[in-house]
Amino acid sequence: MTGYLIRRAGQMALTLFLIITLTFFLVEAQPGDYASFYVLNPDLPPDVKDKIRAAFGLDKPLWQQYLIHLKNTFTGNFGVSFGHFPRPVLDVLGERLPRTLMLFLTSATVSFYIGFFLGKAIAWRRGGLFEYAATISGATLFTAFTPAFALMMIWVFAFKLGWFPVGKFLDPLVWRGTEVSANYVFGNMLLSAAAYFAFAFLVILVMKKLGRRIPLVYAIPVLAAGILAIVFGWAFSGIGFLALDIIKHMVLPVATLTLISFAGTMLLTRNSMLETIREDYVMAARAKGLPEKQVRDHHAARNALLPVVTSLVYSLVFAIDGSVIIEGIFSWPGTGLTLLQAVRSEDLPLVMGSMLFIGLLSLLAHAIVDVLYVLLDPRIRYQ
Amino acid sequence: MISSRQSGDVPPTNVGDDSSLDVLGRGRAAFLLSRLVLAARSFRLGWNIFVESRLGVISLLIIGLFALMAFSHPILMATIWDPATYDPVTGYAFDQVEQPAPPSWSHPLGTDPLGRDVLSQLLYSTRSEFVLGITAALVTVGIATVVGAVSAYFGGLLDAFFMRLADLVIALPSISLLIVLSALFNLNLFYIALIIGVLGGFGGTAIILKSQALTVKVKPFIEAARVAGGGHFHIIFAHIVPHLLPLSLLYMMFTVTNAIFAEAVLSFLGLLDLRMSWGIMIHTANTGGYLLGGTKYWWLVLPAGASITLLCSAFYLAGRALDEVVNPRLRRRSD
Repeated sequence: MTGYLIRRAGQMALTLFLIITLTFFLVEAQPGDYASFYVLNPDLPPDVKDKIRAAFGLDKPLWQQYLIHLKNTFTGNFGVSFGHFPRPVLDVLGERLPRTLMLFLTSATVSFYIGFFLGKAIAWRRGGLFEYAATISGATLFTAFTPAFALMMIWVFAFKLGWFPVGKFLDPLVWRGTEVSANYVFGNMLLSAAAYFAFAFLVILVMKKLGRRIPLVYAIPVLAAGILAIVFGWAFSGIGFLALDIIKHMVLPVATLTLISFAGTMLLTRNSMLETIREDYVMAARAKGLPEKQVRDHHAARNALLPVVTSLVYSLVFAIDGSVIIEGIFSWPGTGLTLLQAVRSEDLPLVMGSMLFIGLLSLLAHAIVDVLYVLLDPRIRYQ
Repeated sequence: MISSRQSGDVPPTNVGDDSSLDVLGRGRAAFLLSRLVLAARSFRLGWNIFVESRLGVISLLIIGLFALMAFSHPILMATIWDPATYDPVTGYAFDQVEQPAPPSWSHPLGTDPLGRDVLSQLLYSTRSEFVLGITAALVTVGIATVVGAVSAYFGGLLDAFFMRLADLVIALPSISLLIVLSALFNLNLFYIALIIGVLGGFGGTAIILKSQALTVKVKPFIEAARVAGGGHFHIIFAHIVPHLLPLSLLYMMFTVTNAIFAEAVLSFLGLLDLRMSWGIMIHTANTGGYLLGGTKYWWLVLPAGASITLLCSAFYLAGRALDEVVNPRLRRRSD
């Protein structure tokens, strides 16, 4: 396992290197370069233009530029953003990354669970009205034109019903006069979510180790107590109302992203379930007289889960793309919105920086899915 | 079989003669005919399974409807629509007092904020969506079939390279990449189709077609072809690739969905260099501030938005129905 992890990390580093190389040569292949943002100004005399180009290092041969680019990228120097001058790109992106992570992780988790449970259910009850309804609505949502769908959600839930705020990620009126920064609250929210997941994982692990003596149902009060503890912790921390404000702004984008991306997992689970249902061990479980629910959840679905997890990469990449669009529509100031704004204002260093961050995010997601797969399938042992 | 027996009947003195060539030709024709009959039979068998899935038939009908729409635009422009009024890009509805005008008899879907006929835009865009989708699908399947067959046949280093490349491409968020590319280059319809096609072709589709090619590679007829002296090129393209085609057709469907979706998103964001498309129609409505008008200006958003969703899901569902034909394990339990 350790060897596998090390090899996987090496592979990731290689892929990252390839992505950096690709972005460098893309900029090189396009008409113009980093300096054209300044050099295209007709008021500048030619010698000043030459000096600007030299300041960007564009007078050096290509291979030298490439090496400098590599060195700068690996030392975390992505240059200075044109649009947010004089802030460096890393600073801008570092500020916005937690917000994207929050949006992406929440909806990815929720949509995976919803998709898996629905897919399980429709495969088990084949051919009913429920299957048609779920397949059609799932495929419609999956292929729905995301921007139009997101705008429709805003129109219905924020504008007509007024349940949620229209856009942005916080309400300045609530935050006026507070000392903490939004990112501090964001960071803590992410931390408590991570802590809770670790806690839940541990609880379930311990229950499993104890074996059949304690049914898994007893885990539910423990897990609920965990949620309660976190809620109380936030309520007495003094910044609870700020977190609540963020959550209020988060509901609509997360719901939209979940709705468009759960169908992929659902349809895949259905297919995978249909294949496992035909296996002999499912028939054996039925013949033993186990209850339907037990056969479905512990014999069929447990094995149907594996191909779904393999293809989780697709849905995660879909969700990453989706979150770029959703961030654009909801004015959620994360990495995706930064990318869109940078593209519109031709802020080349920021475009490249955000692409690298988004690529890194999907690489990490890919690696986590791979490791998860090894944990889930005891038959696979990587050397 | 047939061809060899008939050519064997010809006396040896006649070899090279015109009449023997004729017999040989007729033998080849009979052989081809028998192949055709077989193909037709397997097509009918597949069609019966396809028809069993109601969603597949409905989505095929929807695709047919859109194809009709695509063909109707040039006809309408040439016959009853005056280009000055109905051109999808430069036309102006002079007969309307204010723009955007609600649906009327002369403009069945109303006009957009710039006074252009929405129905004409919708029909005009359908054609380019089909061109885009089919180009992307052909590029994907062309690349993926060759990559899959070659890496399954040769294995080794070539296989490892293509599969690692596929892993990399899968992890690449394609819409984000297209957004970045639109900042660097002037993207038009052809480039979009090419990029989506290449990403799909070297990505997941290649892996799936490779695993299919692996099962074909170990079949006895491949060995027979090799014993008969067939070269690598011949074996790959005459014996392996034809067996990948049903699966390729399936993944063409999914690529069409991806391509149309990506184009719509990018034109909605205003990042593409196109004359007119469904995404641009929604973009125009959005930049004019008509989208949050809700149902009041429905004709600006609904036709284009519904078309994107309908055509995308039609190709997607047709692909899934085709999946049941290609993959026998997905069929109903009762059979």
